[in-house]
Amino acid sequence: MLKLGKKDFTLFLVVAVLAIFAPFILNPFPTDSAMAQFNAGYPDLMQRFVIFGILAIGFNILFGLTGYLSFGHAAFLGVGSYSAVWMFKLLSMNVIPAIVLSMIVSGLFAVVIGYVSLRRSGIYFSILTLAFAQMSYNLAYSVLTPITNGETGLQITLDDPRILGITATADGGIPVTNLFGLEMRSFETWNVGPWAFQFSVGYYVAAIIMLVSFYVAIRIFRSPFGMMLRAIKSNQNRLYYTGLNARPYTLAAFVISGMYAGLAGGLLACMDPLAGAERMQWTASGEVVLMTILGGAGTLIGPVLGAGFIKYFENIFSKINDQVVHGWVSFLPDGLEDVVVAIIHPFVGKGWHLTLGLLFMLIVIFLPGGLVEGGKRISALVSSRRNHNAGDAEAQAARQQPPAE
Amino acid sequence: MDAIILQILNGLDKGSAYALIALGLTLIFGTLGVVNFAHGALFMIGAFCAVTFSRLLTLSHQVVDETRTDFLGNPLKVDVPYMHDLFGEGTGAAIIDWAVPLSILFSIPVMIAIGVIMERGLIKHFYKRPHADQILVTFGLAIVLQEVIKQVFGANPIPTPAPEVFRGSLDFGVLLGFDPNAIIYPYWRLVYFGFAAVIIGAVFAFLQFTTFGMVVRAGMADRETVGLLGINIDKRFTIMFGLAAAVAGLAGVMYAPINSPNYHMGMDFLVLSFVVVVVGGMGSLPGAVLAGFLLGILESFASMNEVKSILPGIDQIIIYLVAIIILLTRPRGLMGRKGVMED
Repeated sequence: MLKLGKKDFTLFLVVAVLAIFAPFILNPFPTDSAMAQFNAGYPDLMQRFVIFGILAIGFNILFGLTGYLSFGHAAFLGVGSYSAVWMFKLLSMNVIPAIVLSMIVSGLFAVVIGYVSLRRSGIYFSILTLAFAQMSYNLAYSVLTPITNGETGLQITLDDPRILGITATADGGIPVTNLFGLEMRSFETWNVGPWAFQFSVGYYVAAIIMLVSFYVAIRIFRSPFGMMLRAIKSNQNRLYYTGLNARPYTLAAFVISGMYAGLAGGLLACMDPLAGAERMQWTASGEVVLMTILGGAGTLIGPVLGAGFIKYFENIFSKINDQVVHGWVSFLPDGLEDVVVAIIHPFVGKGWHLTLGLLFMLIVIFLPGGLVEGGKRISALVSSRRNHNAGDAEAQAARQQPPAE
Repeated sequence: MDAIILQILNGLDKGSAYALIALGLTLIFGTLGVVNFAHGALFMIGAFCAVTFSRLLTLSHQVVDETRTDFLGNPLKVDVPYMHDLFGEGTGAAIIDWAVPLSILFSIPVMIAIGVIMERGLIKHFYKRPHADQILVTFGLAIVLQEVIKQVFGANPIPTPAPEVFRGSLDFGVLLGFDPNAIIYPYWRLVYFGFAAVIIGAVFAFLQFTTFGMVVRAGMADRETVGLLGINIDKRFTIMFGLAAAVAGLAGVMYAPINSPNYHMGMDFLVLSFVVVVVGGMGSLPGAVLAGFLLGILESFASMNEVKSILPGIDQIIIYLVAIIILLTRPRGLMGRKGVMED
């Protein structure tokens, strides 16, 4: 169905269902219960989930398939955001032209950067992309201030021309981003008993775009082109010996992946029409790498999981403060309670980066395949247990079998 | 002319820091074949060694001074550092004043210990893994170290002054026959440059003139053969890792008065140091030093107003631009050897 294999179609369907019902799934706790802070079902965070999901899916096309580790992907994210905001300033507040322009501009950027960087591989490639990204970041802060508005960040104002739209709303305010009149920031709240579910226009627009990008990514993974990219990862020299030039393929992968990043950047600007240079900093590039590795590089669903995981913890973990921790462990005797809080304190709230770093190290050390590999190992364990009950001979066979792809 | 000399001098101190970090990175890469993204964090930890040591020296207790009174008329309580009790007031004050240079002694064992623990505890398990994994795990480690320092010392920069005698500036131009005040250069930066030169010289001498260094160089050239000759090369490489950590740490200790230590200084230097290593040539020690100074000086030249008026923004991107040009025209870097990192 949809020209996908049965397994891929199921996966796509699962992701689609999850994305559509996310406002319910991510909101399992009633609004005024103590656990409500773990709810992730509010528009801002859900938008982040899908937008960074797009970014990670795109990064995975480059890193997961070809093995080229780019440390400069944030540059495309930033370029995408800037072009989208410029479109809002000059043309109209409709998101479609903004997204299209951000993809085109970041694609052009990727052609230039990729053409130069892909002449080298391995660590040299990483350093070259890093150098380009840092260059864009530094330039955005200094000389390119007329385009990027420097440290303040690019914003829409009341005196922008917006030739196809309106410069200001009837009551003199700045118009908001919309899709043919449908405002991105508007949302509907649904009260069911103690629960409150929020359905935001912005989220669903982003989610639909994410599903389309996910579909395209699956098709790329299963295409002859994807096969070629995997061949580059496993042995580039052998490809050369068979008379194939790998560079056009890697360049194509780089540009596609850059356009995904530009799309994500454009969407970020659509949800909140503001673009700053810090989006291009190399820590932002590092974050994309983290997401992809955490989820599982080279797998279809991994990057999306990783993006969701990191963004969830960034938002939820950093909100937990000492008082909340005290609330959890209040059943302990007083002295012990303070000790436990003191132990947990460095890892939550402002210290969530420490947790992230530790988690990331543990994943790289013990689970190089990321969360997806973890899931596979657990399911393999469960199935071998089941076989064990069925009989020793079968269990032995199961253990000898290599883990299924 | 004086402007050019001034820019060269200005480039030297940053160049020294780049060269020292890049030297350590190259040592680790050349011996163990590991790309260490946590090296910037080691530099930062070095700077915080200086902070810790000067805090230790200024530990004090309160003494009631009967001769003076505070604004309420009560006897004044004065903080007296333990150093004053131990060595008398004059020597004690001098020791506190010289806290940064003295913390070199403190930081060497600390940094070597950190380096050895890092290598034995973590890096050891990554020799056979792909370079991407090494980059990622050390990147994670860098985040962790940075966050731990942030938890302990806070997010704000901590001013760590140089000793009193080095706080002024030298009128360097007069020595060369220029007008007074044409070339003003802070003493501490001269000290830093001299210190870097000594460390670099010491590392090279150690590798060149000692038996240990010879074995290490042999191991860098062909690890397997050295192992077959019955030499425990792993142990020596571990020590080299500790040494590289100490070099980065010392660079950080002495940099503390130039730039107040903060938790993200390591990351700021790391990116540039990697560029330096790649420009110099992966695995080439002289290349790393040369490229470090070269890029430091180029950076300060690019920040001259005359240059900036011709090419606006060049000071922000010069290092990356040079790196890109060199990597494309001389793929092995300035002094890189054949066959290193060419997969």
